[in-house]
Amino acid sequence: MIKEVVIKTDKLTKRFGDFIATNEITFEVYAGEIFGFLGANGAGKTTAMKMLCGLSRPSSGNATIAGFDIYKQTEQIKRNIGYMSQKFSLYEDLTVLENIQFFGGIYGLSDKQLKKKSNELIDILGLQKESKKLVASLPLGWKQKLAFSVAVLHEPKIVFLDEPTGGVDPIIRRQFWDLIYQAADKGITIFVTTHYMDEAEYCNRISIMVDGVIEALDSPINLKQQFTTSTIDEVFYKLARRAKRTENLK
Amino acid sequence: MKDVELNNIVKTYNKGEIKAVNDVSFSVDKGELFGLIGADGAGKSSIFRILTTLLLPDSGTASVNGADVIKDYKLIRKNVGYMPGKFSLYQDLSVAENLNFFATVFNTTVSENYDLIKEIYIQLEPFKNRRAGKLSGGMKQKLALCCALIHRPTVLFLDEPTTGVDVVSRKEFWEMLKGLKQQGITILVSTPYMDEATLCERIALIQNGRLMTIDTPDNIVKQFPDSLYAVRADNMSKLQHILRNNQQIKSCFSFGDYHHITFQDDIAYSQNELIQTLQSANLKDIEIKHITPSIEDCFINLMN
Amino acid sequence: MKRFISFVKKEFYHVFRDDKTLLMLFGMPIVLILLFGFAVTNEIKNAQIVVCDYAKDPASQEIINKLSVNKSFHLKKALLNHSQIEEEFKKENIKLAIVFPTNFNEDLLHLNKAQIQIIADASDPNTATTLINRATAIIMDYQKQLTLNSNLPYNINPEIRMLYNPELKGATNFVPGIMALVLLLVCVLMTAVSIVREKENGTMEVLLVSPFNPFLVIISKALPFLILSLINLAIILVLSVTLLDTPIKGSILLLVAESTLLIICALSLGLLISNNTKSQQTAMLLSMMGMMLPTMLFTGFMFPLENMPVPLQVIANIFPSKWYYIIIKSIMIKGLGFSAIWKETLILLGTTALLLILSLKTFKKRLE
Repeated sequence: MIKEVVIKTDKLTKRFGDFIATNEITFEVYAGEIFGFLGANGAGKTTAMKMLCGLSRPSSGNATIAGFDIYKQTEQIKRNIGYMSQKFSLYEDLTVLENIQFFGGIYGLSDKQLKKKSNELIDILGLQKESKKLVASLPLGWKQKLAFSVAVLHEPKIVFLDEPTGGVDPIIRRQFWDLIYQAADKGITIFVTTHYMDEAEYCNRISIMVDGVIEALDSPINLKQQFTTSTIDEVFYKLARRAKRTENLK
Repeated sequence: MKDVELNNIVKTYNKGEIKAVNDVSFSVDKGELFGLIGADGAGKSSIFRILTTLLLPDSGTASVNGADVIKDYKLIRKNVGYMPGKFSLYQDLSVAENLNFFATVFNTTVSENYDLIKEIYIQLEPFKNRRAGKLSGGMKQKLALCCALIHRPTVLFLDEPTTGVDVVSRKEFWEMLKGLKQQGITILVSTPYMDEATLCERIALIQNGRLMTIDTPDNIVKQFPDSLYAVRADNMSKLQHILRNNQQIKSCFSFGDYHHITFQDDIAYSQNELIQTLQSANLKDIEIKHITPSIEDCFINLMN
Repeated sequence: MKRFISFVKKEFYHVFRDDKTLLMLFGMPIVLILLFGFAVTNEIKNAQIVVCDYAKDPASQEIINKLSVNKSFHLKKALLNHSQIEEEFKKENIKLAIVFPTNFNEDLLHLNKAQIQIIADASDPNTATTLINRATAIIMDYQKQLTLNSNLPYNINPEIRMLYNPELKGATNFVPGIMALVLLLVCVLMTAVSIVREKENGTMEVLLVSPFNPFLVIISKALPFLILSLINLAIILVLSVTLLDTPIKGSILLLVAESTLLIICALSLGLLISNNTKSQQTAMLLSMMGMMLPTMLFTGFMFPLENMPVPLQVIANIFPSKWYYIIIKSIMIKGLGFSAIWKETLILLGTTALLLILSLKTFKKRLE
């Protein structure tokens, strides 16, 4: 079986002056995969993610996202991906429905599609009563779930999630992952960063970045075998402890 | 002797519309390492701010070192150390300048209490001329801790000190707290990470402004009402689907590479029955084992 | 005391380590001075002028010749009588008119003195002054030449008339205006922003949970800006005296004292704003809208107040900058002493006291 590759990077590098934030990273992500992108603070995760979303131009190396070139076709890339971060997700001063319609509109959904989709979405999330309430009035966990649903509203090929579950309570965190699985079942590729190591186990494959380099990349089970540990937490700890540059070059 | 006491504290925002802290009472012993565990928005920061005299409660009483948080706020401000949610440092001042500044603000000098922060500050020393804004998350956290300790506080309030900090720095940070505890400082720490709960002597689990339980981590685990099992198979999402739709199963939550389940009637035969059901659903590599609950299991159980 | 000094030192670090603050603090007054004064006035070439020569004698002809070859002027035409001058001005295509009376040369030769009239359009005061100065210089040059040749003390007396804006408002007046603007901007904006920044960063929380008196926090925040503003004041004064030849006729001490009063007034306002805002942007916007705009509009240095509708003139009275402007103009340009400005000073003092009390009352020693 040949898997369809949706993210492909080749020696992708980003330098800031003398500092190499991301150093020749090469990896592939397959369609419908849940890919965990892990690394300690300052390991270069955010920089890499920005390049993949077409927000930042690489210093060297190549990458294609959903088949589009990361240098020349950033507009097409943006049309084919979804993005959600812990910090920015939704407009707090718009209602749930207005947010859905706004973001749907941005991605060029027709009025008819938009109406159908927003009804579906509100049903799935059980937000019928809240659809006309301001997003600001929702609990954090609900906001995060809504933000994710909005990010995949236009059925992008890939969705990038930057620490989507930070600070969320344990039950909502699991509900959030249910949503991720549902999206993956629809064929959407999930590219996710997290600080919760148990969440790393939910991924099909994970990569661990240390000092701008991908030090490990495999399925959670294989990684645990490779590092002879029982949890991903320990794998991560073993790798991250090797990091030298946290202070010296930053 | 109690170093921190709260009695029926209530705190609302937006003219009572949002109840951030709902009738919370607990106390912390002298020299204790006490953890307040809960998600963002559970009310942790509000409780910390009431105790550090930054917010006035709507009702209820609270005291720190025996001093009332409303009446004797000046006394409390002299004696406590506080590290707010985001590391409150001057980004444009160097490491040494930050430390010196906070020392003078608290009417002391760095050399006077150097023994207290020595262990931590040694790691920062090579970068003492670097601006705080240029430090990594872990280093900022250490510097903020040093600044909060510089006047040798009797009670230390740490509001989510490990949020946004990676695993390695988090582990180091908890080691530091153990060291401080040995120096006799009472420490109140809040965190959204359930795995950090076991590192505290006693914890309170908080959700939606209410305390769900207060006890030692061990006791909280002991009070878990059901027998807990961890299940896994080759296809985890299919497994989850089957488990959730099984009438015999009371609860099912994923925990990393296992699903944690409890049975409806908690009877032994259910286990074997389950294995058969799973096998007949074509699942392979089935593993089921009895486990001790984690704090996160307890938290989820209490939330329901 | 040691705590206080260390706090003030910290504030100076903040200022000197932020390029944007520095630029705003010291770049702005210089740019403003150059913009308003120097750059605007010095580039006058080929200004259209007319002459009205009733004398038509050698002396008047010679002066007209000298004027017309000068690069500053372009002689548009010679007029026959006075009434045409006004018309030309109204058409707005001339800047200056020069009138020679009949018997100009005779008066000069026999009485040794003669009159010459220079009329300028003072609605653009800077240009008017410059042109008059240049025309007068040419005339004086001619007078000197005559005197040298004949050893008699000839005296041409130019009589200058300003049309439309006889008091020449604006010419030297923008310096006090800029002083008001800069002091208000630096003090209100920078104080407000620097306090709100501590709220945003969370450092305010730590400072509040310390034995340090909250009021000392405020005073130590204000002191550096007071000092920096005084330095700024000095820069403006030096620039305007050296580059723009603005006089300081009155007492410098009084000038500094009155300015300090305005600074304290502005600092209180900055504090008041910071008490009621949570983000740096809001603080900045509020200071800009609340202080900059009214200062530009209602001080009278950019737009003459007396030309404004009455309601606006009444509103102008609320703003301290108006009173400060009157005070400084009186001291700098008219050379008046305290006895002439005590009323305005009292108003400024009252406003300052009100703002100070209000800001200290609303200051929160907790977070809400």
